[in-house]
Amino acid sequence: MSQIVVESLEKRFQVAERSPGFVGALSGVFRRRYRTVDALAGVDFRIDAGELVGYIGPNGAGKSTTIKILSGILTPSAGRCEIEGLVPWQDRKAHVRNIGVVFGQRTQLWWDLPVIESFELLRDIYRIPPSQYRTSSRELIDIMDLAPLLDTPVRQLSLGQRMRCDLVASLLHQPSILFLDEPTIGLDAISKLAVREFVKTLNRERRVTVILTTHDMDDIEALCDRIVVIGGGRILSDGTLASLRAKLRSERRIKLELLEPVAFDSPDVRVISAEGATLHLAFDPSVITTASLIKNIAESWPVKDIFIENPPIEELIAQLYAANRVNA
Amino acid sequence: MNAVGAYVAIVSARYRTLLQYRAAAFAGFMTQVFWGAIKIMVFFAFYAVSREAQPMSLAQVVSYVWLGQALLGMLPWNMDKEIEQLIREGAVSYELVRPLDLYAFWFARTIALRTATTTLRSIPMVLLAGVVLPLAGQAQWALLPPESLTAFCVFLVSLFWALMLACAFTMLMHVFLVWTISGEGLNRVMPSFTIVFSGMIVPLPLFPDWLQPFLNLQPFRGLVDVPFRIYTGSIPVADAWPDIVHQVIWTVIFVAYGRWLLQRSLTRLVVQGG
Repeated sequence: MSQIVVESLEKRFQVAERSPGFVGALSGVFRRRYRTVDALAGVDFRIDAGELVGYIGPNGAGKSTTIKILSGILTPSAGRCEIEGLVPWQDRKAHVRNIGVVFGQRTQLWWDLPVIESFELLRDIYRIPPSQYRTSSRELIDIMDLAPLLDTPVRQLSLGQRMRCDLVASLLHQPSILFLDEPTIGLDAISKLAVREFVKTLNRERRVTVILTTHDMDDIEALCDRIVVIGGGRILSDGTLASLRAKLRSERRIKLELLEPVAFDSPDVRVISAEGATLHLAFDPSVITTASLIKNIAESWPVKDIFIENPPIEELIAQLYAANRVNA
Repeated sequence: MNAVGAYVAIVSARYRTLLQYRAAAFAGFMTQVFWGAIKIMVFFAFYAVSREAQPMSLAQVVSYVWLGQALLGMLPWNMDKEIEQLIREGAVSYELVRPLDLYAFWFARTIALRTATTTLRSIPMVLLAGVVLPLAGQAQWALLPPESLTAFCVFLVSLFWALMLACAFTMLMHVFLVWTISGEGLNRVMPSFTIVFSGMIVPLPLFPDWLQPFLNLQPFRGLVDVPFRIYTGSIPVADAWPDIVHQVIWTVIFVAYGRWLLQRSLTRLVVQGG
């Protein structure tokens, strides 16, 4: 039995529409028109304990709606969802004890209080036994290197510091599942690395199930074994990064550095760009194997260096949306 | 009963936050001293020209005014800025991922809002009006001690229910906010009602007789008029119980309505963005 079961989950929102202009505003006073938005139009997936799943899609695809239903905040319009045997929106209070949540754009810390007081408040709210709190908080504070920040009021923290504190705050009650909604949004490169490292450690060493939404494809590549792509309220793809790559145009990339600029031409490859002696090439591995292509090139051209690259994941996703006619 | 601990922690955290604004509390204290003095002067003039016997003595009214100035912050005249912001910015999400009842969670915050700044202002106010003024020989301006020790105890019971009533009504304002998102309209209209009908401006017995049946029924009198008149002896201790029951009943009604409305709004919740 999977830890998280989601079956044909649907969520419709009623959005009040207003015609533009003064007359439109006035008529809206008397007669409201509503438009129905299908944020989720039948979503299915299962997640086992200890998985680290990337949940990606463009803005408005339904990512956050899914996370909010899974964490018991929103009630779906139809469908089934069970997490560790509980229905999130019905057994909300019991369910939220098993989960930790971080919404990257907002903080769960108390703005005017020092960080440590927010942690202690969460200890009281979750009724974490003192001994358990001592060990788990000390450990988390060490991993995230928060000790110098503990007495600073949250409003004085930088975004990167705040996110590290938020991550620790979401884990004090030792949840078995962690939902991260855009945890790296707006962070600098160093903070992003710290967050990724932390999430990885958490997943490997504590076997915490992590569901991560992000627009940062480096997050996905660095962290996720499994990627669920959502668009237009439906699941477009569910599998490993390799299987996602294989499913789409199986093009590979080569970055070729030559000893001197020459007019490069080869029947098996497509030239994407050429800047002096550096060339970006694309080829289809089902037409010619990588090994024989490299051999051909090395024999015919003055090669200084060759890099084989996978196409950036953004391009894969864009292809997937195009194929499913989703407006990104 | 471990659950209570969580709510106590919330109250105390909010307390600590609100107590950071000591300068505001001092400014508020000074304003209220002047307002109190002006009100008392108006009542001096009123009692000097009035030929009929009034339902409250001047000394009772003076004490009533000072109590009002000391406990002004307890009136449901504003909302919790944090809750307002949470609702406007959609951070309600974080409130809902806690293993707490949302109504009780916000009620705890509201108790802190209604009491934190009030305690900070009421202590110097009581000292000024109750100790400094009589010592300075201005006994007719002073806050008198309560009618009796029993009256004081009954006053404390009634004051507790006034606080509960004030919090239940503030909660109703918070819940309306979940429906309307912007709190401006409510925030402007409600204080006018609560301040007049609670008896904060003029003690309710001084209103015209034909208004009395309405004034006696409406909920806001439980905020100010009931506890203060018990303190001053204008309501004798023996007659106080129906008025306290009145406070309790309106508190229960506001809490029940607020809970029902919050529950309903949560099932239709739309959390924007993110």
